[in-house]
Amino acid sequence: MSTKLMALWEWFDARMPSVKQEYKKHLTEYYAPKNFNFWYYFGSLALFVLVIQIVSGIWLTMSYKPDANLAFGSVEYIMRDVPGGWVIRYIHSTGASAFFLVVYLHMFRGLLYGSYKTPRELIWIFGVLIYLCLMGEAFFGYLLPWGQMSYWGAQVIVNLFSSVPFIGPDLAVWIRGDYVVSDATLNRFFALHVIALPLALLGLVVVHLLALHDVGSNNPDGVEIKKVKGPDGKPLDGIPFHPYYTVKDIVGVVVFLAIFCVVIFFAPEMGGYFLEYNNFVPADPLVTPAHIAPVWYFTPYYSILRAVPPMFYSQFPGVLAMGLAVLLLFFLPWLDRSPVKSIRYRGPYYKIALTTFIISFLVLGYLGTVPTNAWGQFGPWLGEAERCTVVARIGTILYFLFFLLMPWYTARDSVKPVPERVTS
Amino acid sequence: MIMRTLTVNRLIVALLAAPLAALALVTAVQASEGGYRLDPAPIDHNDLASLQRGARTFVNYCLNCHGAQYMRYNRLQDIGLTDQQIKDNLVFTGVRIGEPMKVALSKEDGKAWFNVPPPDLTVIARARGADWLYTYLRTFYRDPKTVTGWNNAVFQNVAMPHALWALQGERALEIKNVKDESGHEHVEYHWSELSKGTQSTIEYDRTVRDLVNFLVYMGEPIAAERRHIGVIALFVLGILFVFAYWLKREYWKDVH
Repeated sequence: MSTKLMALWEWFDARMPSVKQEYKKHLTEYYAPKNFNFWYYFGSLALFVLVIQIVSGIWLTMSYKPDANLAFGSVEYIMRDVPGGWVIRYIHSTGASAFFLVVYLHMFRGLLYGSYKTPRELIWIFGVLIYLCLMGEAFFGYLLPWGQMSYWGAQVIVNLFSSVPFIGPDLAVWIRGDYVVSDATLNRFFALHVIALPLALLGLVVVHLLALHDVGSNNPDGVEIKKVKGPDGKPLDGIPFHPYYTVKDIVGVVVFLAIFCVVIFFAPEMGGYFLEYNNFVPADPLVTPAHIAPVWYFTPYYSILRAVPPMFYSQFPGVLAMGLAVLLLFFLPWLDRSPVKSIRYRGPYYKIALTTFIISFLVLGYLGTVPTNAWGQFGPWLGEAERCTVVARIGTILYFLFFLLMPWYTARDSVKPVPERVTS
Repeated sequence: MIMRTLTVNRLIVALLAAPLAALALVTAVQASEGGYRLDPAPIDHNDLASLQRGARTFVNYCLNCHGAQYMRYNRLQDIGLTDQQIKDNLVFTGVRIGEPMKVALSKEDGKAWFNVPPPDLTVIARARGADWLYTYLRTFYRDPKTVTGWNNAVFQNVAMPHALWALQGERALEIKNVKDESGHEHVEYHWSELSKGTQSTIEYDRTVRDLVNFLVYMGEPIAAERRHIGVIALFVLGILFVFAYWLKREYWKDVH
């Protein structure tokens, strides 16, 4: 650095030393375990996708019109007449799916290595809040293109709230700002999508990272690296996040971008999973589509909703089950009674439970994309029940059992001795 | 370490295999289900002549009732036409060449005449898919029971009459529910010709192919360029990967 630049930096540093301090605390002197594997790319990737979504979102907002008469046309205007608009739109629509994919893999990492366990409960809770925020963000954003799926998807989700006993119908009107999904709904969803939730999301990401950097990162061995420090007071198994993990995460980002670009440039609709075909039909309040399916990242919960039969003439039990399925995640740190963190040192019970959970999550996710009659019915000996519904019910029960039986099976599971230091 | 990797690998394989098996099962079930079988549309986005013929068919036969309000006439430069060619051959309403392909038919009139206003066709190919359009436009038949006198094998009781009937001619369709030896019920379609059109079957299939090719192009005019840019983007990322990976390896040399 030239002397003039150095002088300028010293002038700055004398007046605001916290920049240097924070830079050290969070990057050059933040010691991360040296044994991070493949699953540890998804945290930094989630942050990267968040930036992608915010930046592409800002550019979309410049040409998008939150007006029931203009919204659909303004998206096509972006796709056709705005220079480079198509790529920004595809980045944003693919980014939404990529966000969920990355976050799901990030959460799976937590389940694999027990990253939610003491002392990281708060990190996990902030993470689940981020996930909830992300769901809201995706839901509000999906209304904006004002296609048939936007419209009827919003209609279905808002109607869920109207099943809440006593206050339901009023609650639904309060959310929509109208008796049906309309221009008023579109405007408020736009406000929530571009201002309210991104602010909340950014704030939560900051506390998620602050909490992480206070206690330090977990690792595939579930060993606390701070327990074994060298004479210099630095963890023996730790390496500075910068430059080691910054250069490693750049590789992850490049690979991610390559996959991202394959979707954007060669399959932006991703076979109807990222951009649903029916959403290329403008919203029509008078024509209900035969099959309303949410985008893939919501389908496991949609399946749970459909799997629970109405009780006492109310759909509320299904809604409750769906809400509970997400809320149970908050309690994970206290449901898990295992003395070890990582799956490497856990016994067969947890491995079987986790595998069953992931399979039911994927099967539920798949079932949420097809109509309930897609697999036909069982014969009369099974009451001609719909096959899809029966499988979804089994999947739902397995999903809940993973959490509800966790205190039992994790306490009884056999464990292997955990080493003092991380294994390379 | 090896043992652990094996366990994780087995876990991953199990996770991947289960939904795939489920998917295979579903596809098999879906394939056996009814509905008129869609013919694959033999379209080719590189065939500019086909796209140009499709554009001509579109403005001559479709644009009278359907609009394409997000598609500008001068965008047709994409498919190898000059502004003058577009003006001379494709603009019949006297609008300027930068204007979108709007239709004179109002929504109210459309609703009064057809019971539903004819939908805008700009992105219809993205909603319906090429195969559906290709089959739909070739499976109109005479049906005295409908208001228009036309019906369609793919889209039962469609409000639209057969706009291309003068080209294809009139056909009749007999739909039969047949039981085979194993007691499985399936639907059989028997087509018969009532009158000849100006085009032979092969010529008509080609006309529809060109039209669908054009509709697919119009649904996303950038598609061809998009793929082109994609190849460049991946090439650049490939180079970037080499450097990123090399940088990572250099730094990590001293981590033991």
